Amino acid sequence: MNEHTSIDAAVPRHIPDRLGSPLRARLLSWEMLLLAVAVAIFVANSFASPYFLNAWSLSDLTFNFTEKALIALAMALLIISGEIDLSVASIIALCSTFMGLAAQYGVGTPGLVAIGIGTGLLCGAFNGFLVTRLGLPSIVVTIGTMSLFRGVSYIILGDGVFKGYPASFGYFGQGYVFWVISFELALFLAAAALYYFLLHRTSFGRRIFAIGNNHVAAQFSGLRVGRIKFMLFCLTGLMSGIAAVLLTSRLGSTRPAIAQGWELEVITMVVLGGVNILGGAGGILGVVLAAFIMGLMTFGLGLLNVPGIVMSIFTGTLLIVVIALPILFRRLRNRRHARLA
Amino acid sequence: MTDVATSHDAPASPTAVAPLLTLRGISKSFPGVRALDDVSLEIYPGQVTALIGENGAGKSTLVKILTGIYQPDAGEIAIDGRPVEFGSPHRAAQQGITAIHQETVLFDEISVAENIHLGHAPRTRLGLIDWGAIRGGARKVLASMGAGHIAPETRLKELSIANKHLVGVARALSIDARIVIMDEPTAALSYKEIGELFTLIEMLKADGKGILFISHKFDEIYRISDRYAVFRDGQKVGAGMLPETPQAEIVKMMVGRSVDQIFPKHVAAPGETVLKVEDLSHPTEFDGIDFELRRGEILGFYGLVGAGRSEVMQALFGLTRPSRGSIVLDGQAITPQSPADAVNAGIVYVPEERGKQGVVIGLPIFENVSLPSLKRTSLHGVLRLKEEFDLARAYTERLDLRASSLSQDVGTLSGGNQQKVVIAKWLATGPKVIILDEPTKGIDIGSKAAVHQFMGELVAQGLAVIMVSSELPEVMGMSDRIVVMREGRMVTTLENKDLSAEALVSAAAGIRGEDA
Repeated sequence: MNEHTSIDAAVPRHIPDRLGSPLRARLLSWEMLLLAVAVAIFVANSFASPYFLNAWSLSDLTFNFTEKALIALAMALLIISGEIDLSVASIIALCSTFMGLAAQYGVGTPGLVAIGIGTGLLCGAFNGFLVTRLGLPSIVVTIGTMSLFRGVSYIILGDGVFKGYPASFGYFGQGYVFWVISFELALFLAAAALYYFLLHRTSFGRRIFAIGNNHVAAQFSGLRVGRIKFMLFCLTGLMSGIAAVLLTSRLGSTRPAIAQGWELEVITMVVLGGVNILGGAGGILGVVLAAFIMGLMTFGLGLLNVPGIVMSIFTGTLLIVVIALPILFRRLRNRRHARLA
Repeated sequence: MTDVATSHDAPASPTAVAPLLTLRGISKSFPGVRALDDVSLEIYPGQVTALIGENGAGKSTLVKILTGIYQPDAGEIAIDGRPVEFGSPHRAAQQGITAIHQETVLFDEISVAENIHLGHAPRTRLGLIDWGAIRGGARKVLASMGAGHIAPETRLKELSIANKHLVGVARALSIDARIVIMDEPTAALSYKEIGELFTLIEMLKADGKGILFISHKFDEIYRISDRYAVFRDGQKVGAGMLPETPQAEIVKMMVGRSVDQIFPKHVAAPGETVLKVEDLSHPTEFDGIDFELRRGEILGFYGLVGAGRSEVMQALFGLTRPSRGSIVLDGQAITPQSPADAVNAGIVYVPEERGKQGVVIGLPIFENVSLPSLKRTSLHGVLRLKEEFDLARAYTERLDLRASSLSQDVGTLSGGNQQKVVIAKWLATGPKVIILDEPTKGIDIGSKAAVHQFMGELVAQGLAVIMVSSELPEVMGMSDRIVVMREGRMVTTLENKDLSAEALVSAAAGIRGEDA
């Protein structure tokens, strides 16, 4: 903690890069815990149902989380930077609605994908503009756009439903790349690797951590804080657009209530994955593990015939617990390591 | 009462009074660190005892024990010779101990009167809070201190820091505290406000209160204190009567060596003009600022707190937009729109608020140092840790950083070492102009000397330095020329040759020919 004031100054003292790596072990511990939980749920599920341990059931299971988890990857970066986006589920609704609308006019599959992803990107840019240019708190902005985006969907669709997507459009949500590996799962794993690299191996990722820990000092260090946050909102919108393509393709139809309440599950995934809800800390590995846990749990509860309402109670409770636990843990540790003189 | 038993303590003064508060054999450990080791201390009624030591010497731990925030592992505390225990801050307050901190721990959102009476509000017969008595009592106690200009109804947040301190003192008087701890109360005060605070301390003394005064500024310690106690590495290394002990001896005790010259004399050989600022103005903060900065020069900015010095610097650094005027760097006009622009142009800024604006606490040392240089240390946007470590090591070792490893969280360093990290971060960018805003505020004397030493080296290498400082000895000891500012305007620019402190202070305070 405190430096010692030994005064044999003359020669500059050598400072090592790092001391051993107990820190690394500690950092990994949350991920290890998640892994253990995932294994436990997996084992429990295989006892709960004879149909669970089957390659196709396991493959089906991944559809429970891949779309949400794709958004969670970008959301993790956004939350680490100290912001949040509550409008992601509504972005999906708007993207899906525009795709449905275009499909009515005979737009082909490539066009539909472009419209879906493009709409997501624009929605993200809109959020980013309001937060970084007008300096509004992201929680307020995105609660607003959450209603706004879905509201537009309702205006366009009313009680109606868009169907009639081209057959080839079904591939994204229903196709398989190889054997039981779905396109969705393959895309998620590839995206996870990409996000891992982006957050943990690039200077862009480093800047995100710096901003999340202290955005003022980051700005005073010459970082373009606003620009980076804007990019993260765009990225979150883009991922929501991609999720909208997958989900619409899987369902084959669009209703305005599509993906209702997903923002909660996405954020739960991120926080369960060990990302500090206050920003500044977290990692992609944890988020990926958390995605699998959420998928396994939803699937397991489904096997036990637990109704959807109970599941949402479960998700809500989980969110509170995973936010509270690290904070309580930190408070306990701080009390022990109370600050020195 | 058997007073002053320990051998290395103050010899009984001619006026042999019994100490008000006695600490004996106090020890306190935290995991891995012995913060206080068998410490004894006496505080006498009607006297100011200065607690002196570098950051990390154990002063704050001692204050926290005295105010009941920490419990000592061993040792005893006695008031009037009777042993007492401070199980909680509340208990300590009941025993008559009160503390006034650097950033006062009063409540911003409630009124002055409520702050003064918080926790001991007078009640009406019905048990309700007697608002009339609260306001009346507050007015009376403030008036008794000569602080009648503070209205009891004012909300605390509307007051200046100096006035908040006055409220803190008023609170001490109103709860009839017998021991008042002042933890760097002058850190954010102007010259005049410090004078007012000291008048109050004299009042408290005359009232028979025992005062423990913590400060890094020697001129203040000598001005106000009767006794001193020096701490180093958790131990008391010396104590005695103050006017009799020369400053050099105390400094020697603090650092365990003699610091012969606090300000290294650098030979000024200023070269060509690097930065030329003309008529720089801001709608509200400053107006008509003109100055030139030459290579190899330290230009001091002196003035009272609120004179607009930091605001000028923040405009140069792209944090605020000037309304008119020009900034010419190396012959080229620049208009920095953001710190990123300023850094790219070659102007860097070491801010006053180290913890909030300087270092990114939570990130390790090396990541702090490389933060503005990531473009250089990474390849096509991909981090190269080895380059980062090399960069960080090169600059932190030059600054004699004291850290166990470069991967240590910068938040675990002392203030002085954090400042070295901030300076290292900027040097690594190869700047043309470095602006230091109160570079040694609140840091220990060892780090202070290292920072000053280093400033000398920087200018010797041809860098141009601007130093904003409210510490007179620092401005006079380090600067080649001094710009004096008052109320957002430049008063004068002085060559720092045979300059008297009085002349400088008078210029800053707007006094002519009068001794400040």
